[in-house]
Amino acid sequence: MLAYIIRRVAQSVLVLLITGFVAFSMFSYVGDPVENMLGQERTQADVDRLREQLGLDQPFVVQYAKFLGQAVQGNFGLSYRQGRPVSDILSERLPATLELAAVSGLMALAGGIGLGIFTAIRRRGVGANVIMTLSLVGVSLPTFLIGILLIYVFAVQLGWLPSFGRGEVTDLGWWTTGFLTVSGLKALVLPAITLGLYQMTLIMRLVRTEMLEVLRMDYIRFARARGLRERAINFRHALKNTLVPVITITGLQLGSIIAFAIITETVFQWPGVGLLFINAIQFVDIPVMAAYLMMISVMFVAINLVVDLLYFAIDPRLRVDGRSGGH
Amino acid sequence: MSDHQVELQTRRTPGRFARAWDSDLAYSFRRTPVAVVSAAVVLILVLSAVFAPLVAPYDPFDPASLNLMNGFTPPGQPNALTGETFFLGTDDQGRDVFSTILYGMRISLFVGFSAVLLAMVIGVVFGLLAGYVGGWVDSFIMRIADIQLTFPAILVAMLIFGIAKGITPPEYRDQMAIWVLILAIGLSDWVQFARVVRGATLVERSRDYVLAARLVGQRPFAIMIRHILPNVLNPVLVIATISLALAIIAEATLSFLGVGAPPTRPSLGTLIRIGQGFMFSGEWWILLFPAATLLALALAINLLGDWLRDALNPRLR
Repeated sequence: MLAYIIRRVAQSVLVLLITGFVAFSMFSYVGDPVENMLGQERTQADVDRLREQLGLDQPFVVQYAKFLGQAVQGNFGLSYRQGRPVSDILSERLPATLELAAVSGLMALAGGIGLGIFTAIRRRGVGANVIMTLSLVGVSLPTFLIGILLIYVFAVQLGWLPSFGRGEVTDLGWWTTGFLTVSGLKALVLPAITLGLYQMTLIMRLVRTEMLEVLRMDYIRFARARGLRERAINFRHALKNTLVPVITITGLQLGSIIAFAIITETVFQWPGVGLLFINAIQFVDIPVMAAYLMMISVMFVAINLVVDLLYFAIDPRLRVDGRSGGH
Repeated sequence: MSDHQVELQTRRTPGRFARAWDSDLAYSFRRTPVAVVSAAVVLILVLSAVFAPLVAPYDPFDPASLNLMNGFTPPGQPNALTGETFFLGTDDQGRDVFSTILYGMRISLFVGFSAVLLAMVIGVVFGLLAGYVGGWVDSFIMRIADIQLTFPAILVAMLIFGIAKGITPPEYRDQMAIWVLILAIGLSDWVQFARVVRGATLVERSRDYVLAARLVGQRPFAIMIRHILPNVLNPVLVIATISLALAIIAEATLSFLGVGAPPTRPSLGTLIRIGQGFMFSGEWWILLFPAATLLALALAINLLGDWLRDALNPRLR
């Protein structure tokens, strides 16, 4: 088990080093920041001063070493577009994204597991079939269309909920939250549904498939033969074994919630890091892109590592085999 | 999923059995109304996109045929100023929405097909190499695949798009956007193909026919392409179908976010992006019709892929 953990941690470090290299290469080879930052009426002195200020006049190796050192401290230099430290901009925007991701993740998990169990148990029922068909529509509906649809119905037509922004936020000094005001909570509803719906359908379909596989097993048949009640079989015997793969996938989905937040944030002009990233791509703001990449890869790697270890802890079979192959 | 398909193939011997299996699939197709309907929808949409210059009543990219006075004509009603009627209305510049959808779908489908093709070629080559050569080649390729899988495909595509945009000079960006999109989506999606092909190749490699080919003195390259490849192609086609729907949605998403097809050569996603701006002012048709087309296309391909996967999975029979 120890060897397995060491291997997984080593792999995580490798991923971070590689993304670090990608981020650094972006700095070195993509676009000319000086070109982007200075307007038409620049003098050579301006150019030189800025190059020196940004450290672009130093050799490659020095720049790379400096980049790694700075990145570990969370320092990614100045945004080409806003001229402010990237770390400041990111930490300002991060609470909005995390709050949105947390709410929609919880919604997806609760809804997905509940509906998944329901559709598996009532496999041939009308309700289950309707939900399954709807879920296929949900999977095919791109996230941004769901968002637009919700805006059209609830903001344009009914006028119940705001169509953009975060509403009124409370500043706690190091964190801004929208949970404490009515307008903040109202603004959260549509983006959270938009972001969570796709994940919910995924989790639901997964739970259903796993549950159906498990319900076919001999031990379930044996439990039936013993005369246990359906409720006990479904929830005590079947659900437990269903949840093992669900935990893995859900953990991995957590990462993609943060990534898909980019789309939701753009649709709703939600002032989070995703919107920041899209704007950075549009304006080729390399420091922001690189910092976002590094931040999100740290998150993904951490999530993957935790999920893998959790998987290992939950499924005793893996411990007996001594290895899981890492896939 | 891949395991079942591998299993299916090991039981299958070419020849009469293959034909029986084929007709089995055809039988299942005829018996599944959903599959027939979605196949018809896909066919109609693809054909009307391919023949857009013949089907579309106007050429939305020809400035000469545009009349700004026709702007914001509601669908099916004559324009108040010019008296012209448009089946699905016009947008702000007086472009016929029906025509822009046909031309937009062309770009969406072109990007989708090309991206899947690119992903398929890369994935099949790497999968064959990893599975047949094994050793450090296998570990190296699959390690890269693992690392890429850590990140959602759409994020990888955005990043590739961003980098490519930074590299291309500003004056070429609009022209290159379509190709950059194909590259970005294709590169973000090869891992699935590689994994499935690798798994199937591992099974095929130990077969007698491969041994025979090796004994005859065939080169590894020829064995991979001529002998193993045809036997691992079926699961690849299933994945390609599902990937196509995903690629079309990915393209639309990127274009919608403003990091895809430019307004001068709009895809369905770009049209939706344009239409969204008019949602609040009541010109709903500029948004609704492209969105509905995208949805119909993605849903039909998804349903087709779903049916194909189930039809090829013996456990669900």
